[in-house]
Amino acid sequence: MATSTTAPGARPDRRDPGAATAAPAPARRPRRPRRSLLPYLLLVPAVVLELAIHVIPMVVGVWMSLLELTQFHIRDWSTAPFIGLENYKATLDFNSVAGRELLHSFWVTLVYTLLSVGLAWLLGIAGAVVLQRPFRGRAILRALFLTPYALPVYTAVITWSFLLQRDTGLVNHVLVDQLGLLDDKPFWLIGDNSFWSLLIVSVWRSWPFAFLCLMAGLQNVPDELYEAAAIDGAGFWWRLRSVTLPMLRPVNLVLLLVLFLWTFNDFNTPYVLFGGSAPAQADLISIHIYRSSFKTWDFGSGSAMSVALLLFLLVVSAGYLLITNRRRDHA
Amino acid sequence: MRETAGERWGRRIVLTLLTLFVVIPLYVMVTSAAKPLQDVQNGFTWWPSRPTLQPFVDMWSTVPLARYLVNSLVVSSVAAVCSVAVAIFAAFAVSRYRFRGRGLFSVTVLSTQMFPGILFLLPLFLIYVNLGNATGIELYASRTGLVITYLTFSLPFSIWMLVGYFDSIPRGLDEAAQVDGAGPLRILFRVILPAAVPGVVAVTVYAFMTAWGEVLFASVMTDEGSRTLAVGLQGYSTQFNVYWNQIMAASLVVSVPVVAGFLALQRYFVAGLTAGAVK
Repeated sequence: MATSTTAPGARPDRRDPGAATAAPAPARRPRRPRRSLLPYLLLVPAVVLELAIHVIPMVVGVWMSLLELTQFHIRDWSTAPFIGLENYKATLDFNSVAGRELLHSFWVTLVYTLLSVGLAWLLGIAGAVVLQRPFRGRAILRALFLTPYALPVYTAVITWSFLLQRDTGLVNHVLVDQLGLLDDKPFWLIGDNSFWSLLIVSVWRSWPFAFLCLMAGLQNVPDELYEAAAIDGAGFWWRLRSVTLPMLRPVNLVLLLVLFLWTFNDFNTPYVLFGGSAPAQADLISIHIYRSSFKTWDFGSGSAMSVALLLFLLVVSAGYLLITNRRRDHA
Repeated sequence: MRETAGERWGRRIVLTLLTLFVVIPLYVMVTSAAKPLQDVQNGFTWWPSRPTLQPFVDMWSTVPLARYLVNSLVVSSVAAVCSVAVAIFAAFAVSRYRFRGRGLFSVTVLSTQMFPGILFLLPLFLIYVNLGNATGIELYASRTGLVITYLTFSLPFSIWMLVGYFDSIPRGLDEAAQVDGAGPLRILFRVILPAAVPGVVAVTVYAFMTAWGEVLFASVMTDEGSRTLAVGLQGYSTQFNVYWNQIMAASLVVSVPVVAGFLALQRYFVAGLTAGAVK
């Protein structure tokens, strides 16, 4: 990321190497002072929208978490009494039923996220590596692999829920009727199996994104590195370890964090897969907060849970960035 | 560099497994859309007993699909166009000027993309409802409210990708135009945008897809009149019969345009990703 300079006001960036070669270093022309306002004017629409839809609601959300904002106050929130941290105490009290459910949902989400990100990355790197070198049909396969990511979430997940139906779905048809692996048709969308169903669907949706990013990253690996490794007699795994993965490190750093955050916050997959309500085994945190907020119309405690979730994600992200940056400095 | 036999077989196996994993659900979507109702109510079949296009006819009357489709089209198109328009100006500022707060702006905008949607949902719901009660501006359960919400969802990534494209356009072009006496906006519209057309198109498609596929806010912020496809498609399964053939037909109709758009422009998405990631 380019660093912002402390130059007063604005001036066009002249450090770009492309500019230097295209037009041999023109003398710095004095700028008319009104120009200095221009970049800010250009940013006004974006900033106003970001403030209105992201920043202000976030501040309001924190404020809401400090109010007794139950169903009696939702149509006119100015009447909701201020209760300090009571909502946090109530929702994060892990001895109560609600607190235990939240904690359970948190663990489910964490395990789900780690497995989903790991699998999506594995499939992504496998796909990117096998498509690294040109062969007949490569373009078609690349397009095919990207399709799950391009599909609207809900059509992809609805299709999966059809595959996973107990009596009419493909999965049970193959496992029970065709392969005879199981005697009885299991339910995939309720009970313990629902977690694994959710995981598979999530990986199916997200691995193409990893594939896309890793493929883009591989384009930047110079062929000479592989040739040098091949001359040294390096086999496939050795080349992967000593050339491919180190060269992909910058991509991986960002990709893993983005996948983690997206998967952890995933609402769409469970919401569509289970038709609006998730079984306890697949009760991801977003859907947990959503359901408890709109079931009880207690937006105060819903906001408290959301803010706690945000704080957790901020701590994790900051820790991740700190650790990876430090490693890079020592490398 | 020669490929060993082991590597060749490894590659074939990986390709086969990945292809099967991706293709099977797509195959089921396409074939089931051509099945008569009894095929999807009994055990699963790999092929329609009697291929028919009837589901593509019936799907319009089982649920008000046309209304959902129009809602989704209007909301997604308006949101995409507005989002890209706003992003173009912001990306121009970030790409071509050094100013105080530039880094702060980039970081803030990108990080909102990473926050949980549920965090904004409850406050926005409350703000829209209370704003409607206080001023009569209908944002809750209206397409306007959805447009405003969705356009900010795609904004961060749109800005990021456009900055990448704009950065790749040589500044020599700007300066040549400047020598000819062109002002900043003229440079943006006459020099930079024409050179960045593929990028702008790719970003528009991305913004459209974001709005087209959004579920969380659509499930709360819409009523029967403003319902979009994301919520509307679930109507097929709340009926007495679950019309899986019609659901698959509707899913196919809803998916094909965005998938085609994405695949046609995939090259530019990759270019945008790498351009952004290099910095």
